Amino acid sequence: MDLSYTPEQIAFRKEVRTWLEDNIPAEPLQSFDTEEGFNQHREWEKTLAKGNWGMVTWPKEYGGRGCDLVEWLIFEEEYYKAKAPLRVNQNGIFLLGPTLMEYGTPEQKERFITQMASGEEMWAQGWSEPGAGSDMAAIRSKAIRDGDEYVINGQKVWSTRAVFADWVFCIFRTDPDSERHKGLSFVFVPLDAPGVTVRPIPQLDGLPGFAEIFFDDVRVPVSNRLGGEGEGWSIAMATAGFERGLMLRSPARFQETAKRLVSLYREHANDIMDLSIENAVVKCFMDAEAYALSTYQTASRLIKGGTIGSESSVNKIFWSELDQLMHETAMSILASRAELLPSSPAAGDVGDWLDGFMFAQSGPIYAGTNEIQRNIIAERLLGMPRK
Amino acid sequence: MDFTFTEDQLLFCESVKDFLQGEVTAESIRKSWDTDTGRSSALWAQMVELGLTSMLVPEAQGGLGMNELDFVLLAQECGRYALPEPLVETVLVATPLLASLADNDPRCASLLEKIAAGEVMIAVGHAANNLVCDAHVADYLLLPKGDQVHLVAKDQVVLVAQQSVDPSRRLFSVEWQGNDETCLASGAEGVSLLAATLNRGALGAAAQMVGLAEQMVAMSVQYTTDRLQFGKPIGVNQALKHHMANCAVKTEFAKAPLYRAAYTVTQDPARADFAVSHAKVVAGEAALLAAKNSIQSFGAMGYTWECDLHIWMKRSWALDKFWGHAGFHKNRLHQWLLNPNAKIGAEMTFGEQV
Repeated sequence: MDLSYTPEQIAFRKEVRTWLEDNIPAEPLQSFDTEEGFNQHREWEKTLAKGNWGMVTWPKEYGGRGCDLVEWLIFEEEYYKAKAPLRVNQNGIFLLGPTLMEYGTPEQKERFITQMASGEEMWAQGWSEPGAGSDMAAIRSKAIRDGDEYVINGQKVWSTRAVFADWVFCIFRTDPDSERHKGLSFVFVPLDAPGVTVRPIPQLDGLPGFAEIFFDDVRVPVSNRLGGEGEGWSIAMATAGFERGLMLRSPARFQETAKRLVSLYREHANDIMDLSIENAVVKCFMDAEAYALSTYQTASRLIKGGTIGSESSVNKIFWSELDQLMHETAMSILASRAELLPSSPAAGDVGDWLDGFMFAQSGPIYAGTNEIQRNIIAERLLGMPRK
Repeated sequence: MDFTFTEDQLLFCESVKDFLQGEVTAESIRKSWDTDTGRSSALWAQMVELGLTSMLVPEAQGGLGMNELDFVLLAQECGRYALPEPLVETVLVATPLLASLADNDPRCASLLEKIAAGEVMIAVGHAANNLVCDAHVADYLLLPKGDQVHLVAKDQVVLVAQQSVDPSRRLFSVEWQGNDETCLASGAEGVSLLAATLNRGALGAAAQMVGLAEQMVAMSVQYTTDRLQFGKPIGVNQALKHHMANCAVKTEFAKAPLYRAAYTVTQDPARADFAVSHAKVVAGEAALLAAKNSIQSFGAMGYTWECDLHIWMKRSWALDKFWGHAGFHKNRLHQWLLNPNAKIGAEMTFGEQV
């Protein structure tokens, strides 16, 4: 064990810091759930790509830097410290990217990873259906083979950012007679294909962050399938592992929020009446720190050839509940001003807290509800009986 | 940057785990409750034989010259098997304190040699604890008086036994008079030694609580798999699964702070107060939650003397309050974090490194 950074890692941190200082947009970007904001964020992805900072862990031939996971954590720390824009293509780069790396053919990697890394193509995820939420094996949308093509019919829902994205990666039933986890395949669909209808669904903040996607005889080439026919479930589970585990929600994101919470507390310390708030602030900070420590531990283990499995469910519960507690605590500190939108003249330092608070409500729901995660922990990690 | 244990550390831990699994059982613990001392000199001799008492003894005194990080996983196993013998206190608390004093006083160097050889036992008192553990089997006691650290022979003290809820814990109030002869350190040196002692004691308690928590969950998982109601194992019920999953989350996120604390005590003592307090608070929460959710899973059975759960549950209740209760450690965290000069942020997790 050596909890100090090597001179190379320190130099890497400096390089990231300098590049971010020189390149971060002077004005904060608009929400990527608006068309204009989405395009601003798309431009930012291209800027990152030009500096080869789009996805530092990817191999150099795909526009990455071949960094290991510790360097990735350093990059993320500097990224959140610098308050750089959120990653509009996170479904692509954090979820689909690693899955493609593992299961894609050389042609698919060349075609899709390169475009993702360059910031040209933005991705949405199409898994949930009206009848398949927590019970994802109940998927009914079909992709039926017709020569070299699949003909897709059905409906997906809760597709984050699909309103403005270019592509969606979906799970469809490719064997119409199959049931449950069998007969599913992982298929890419361009969102401008004939027969695709995207209906925006406004989220809590009123912006169309969600979409419902309807497929009417949509045709895509069979080469858009990732992995073998019928292997969709196991590939989806690998993707979900990335989603719950360390890739999507790196600890720096929470550590920076915890740091802002400590500042907010200090500024308001004299008018806080609820004595439990100070405890909550300290707990939030320590939990964010624990999440970072634990992630460094996992990263070190993976670098040495270890694997990550059901413990990603443990992570997901921890970071999503931490995010809730941090924002609940900020709301308590802001007290009667907490309800004010930042545009309100009396909002003062309400800032992003309300937005963050609303988003924090979704953490225990997306990427598999925390109830499902607790079942996974109990059954797979601890070995409790299924029936 | 490498947040993993070495192969050697993991292998050594496995072998000690095997040893404890074979020698320390609920049955043997219950038997020890009925003995005068509650301690087994035969078991202690085996641990000496394995080199456990000499791990942190400096090489100059015939020890292995290892450090707190080398021992932390073993302390976790001592918790998992609810070991009644004071191995953690001997290795993590008494030995490093004596080692820090060995230059001041030849008696300390000599005691270190004897600890390694299993010829003496040392009990340590501290202002954070009202009472001294295992004073009855000790040959010498290291005791605080203000900013002073004294070394007192057992025949120079009067012990009054105090009964703990955990029958394995043997606690004593100690009446004693120190003198110039018994005083080994004082002033700034004494204060710093006592502060380091508190951190090592808290580290040992935290490590044991992680092991205790994991063992209680393992026992509950077994019980809820075996116990049938409504024709099914009670463990199929989501309410019980979620009780156990919550324990697993708490315990998992106590581990990295624990190992960071062990590392920091060893490598960066200036940052140790904060790291140790973090570990002690979260390990205590993990153990207390595991105790509470486990007795709920065991139902009425868990509320009996006959059910082994209480061995682990009571140890958890006790250790959460020992070497600084949660209030003490949370206070240190508050003071550190809310200080306007605190250097915090994602890039500061491992201190300022530029």
